[in-house]
Amino acid sequence: MRLCFRRGLIHGVPIALGYFSVSFGFGIMAVRAGLSVFEAVCISMTNLTSAGQAAGVTIIAACGTYLEMAITQLVINIRYALMGLSLSQKLDSSFNTPHRLAVSFGITDEIFAMASAQPSKLTPRYMYGLILISFLGWSGGTLLGAVAGNILPAAITDAMGIVLYGMFLAIIIPAAKQERSVLAVILIAAFCSCILWYAVPALSSGFAVIISAVIAAAIAAVLFPVKEEEESGE
Amino acid sequence: MSIVIYIAVMAGVTYLVRMIPFTLMRKKIRSQFLRSFLHYIPYAVLSAMTIPAIFYSTGDIVTSIVGTIVAVVLAYLNLPLIVVALAASGAAFLTGLFL
Repeated sequence: MRLCFRRGLIHGVPIALGYFSVSFGFGIMAVRAGLSVFEAVCISMTNLTSAGQAAGVTIIAACGTYLEMAITQLVINIRYALMGLSLSQKLDSSFNTPHRLAVSFGITDEIFAMASAQPSKLTPRYMYGLILISFLGWSGGTLLGAVAGNILPAAITDAMGIVLYGMFLAIIIPAAKQERSVLAVILIAAFCSCILWYAVPALSSGFAVIISAVIAAAIAAVLFPVKEEEESGE
Repeated sequence: MSIVIYIAVMAGVTYLVRMIPFTLMRKKIRSQFLRSFLHYIPYAVLSAMTIPAIFYSTGDIVTSIVGTIVAVVLAYLNLPLIVVALAASGAAFLTGLFL
């Protein structure tokens, strides 16, 4: 059973629907931060990532430096490096370098999860189907959200400001229930983030997130090292 | 500061992070510390990004806190991402109506 383009498209439908609602929130957030509709859609079409884009818009709104932007994206998105590493072990022999260069653009948490769950080797066509429909959901949601942000009453767009954060909680809380070590990571990161937010208000939010995350992940890596077999179970 | 350069930096770094290991790396990372660090970093980033920023996300601390509580409870019940995200927003909106 070869994984074809059409199968990729079908597997991507739930991802695209999920992306649509979240990127709708991103579109609203971006416009609220002072970006134009065009700029918001450009960011979604070239980045295809929720946490990185949310942090990026915050940095743009605060007129942060380009270095801060680069380091923030590197730290927030470093997980994709690990996912790419994992997926690279699972590729069909038709996956040559040009296909790898193209498909790597579409490595996201959800696409990684769906691709990893396939019992057979991954083909380029399957990955293109999966990525294409997810990309359309993500970009389309951003466009509508950004336009709606200009039209909808403030009471609604204000309330939509919490959408992305709600999604982040929905990712970390179930993981914290399963693994004590993840709960520790979350609590340490939140603690550091609060300290920096209130005690060092001059520090930009991008750097505050990086510092908090690196401290929390490093402490957890020392206290709760991940064993080989636990990782392969992901 | 130019918006075009901001977007180029964002997109460029994000792409390189995805592309380099996927295209070039064929070996497994040996360092247990590094593997553990990479395992924990997504949760650490999401947590630090969310707290305390979520309490100011709607522009009003009361509606934000109500939305946060709803999100935490629903996330604890393992409900899908979209449900948690939209319910948090709906709760914040409804609370705003009564303030």
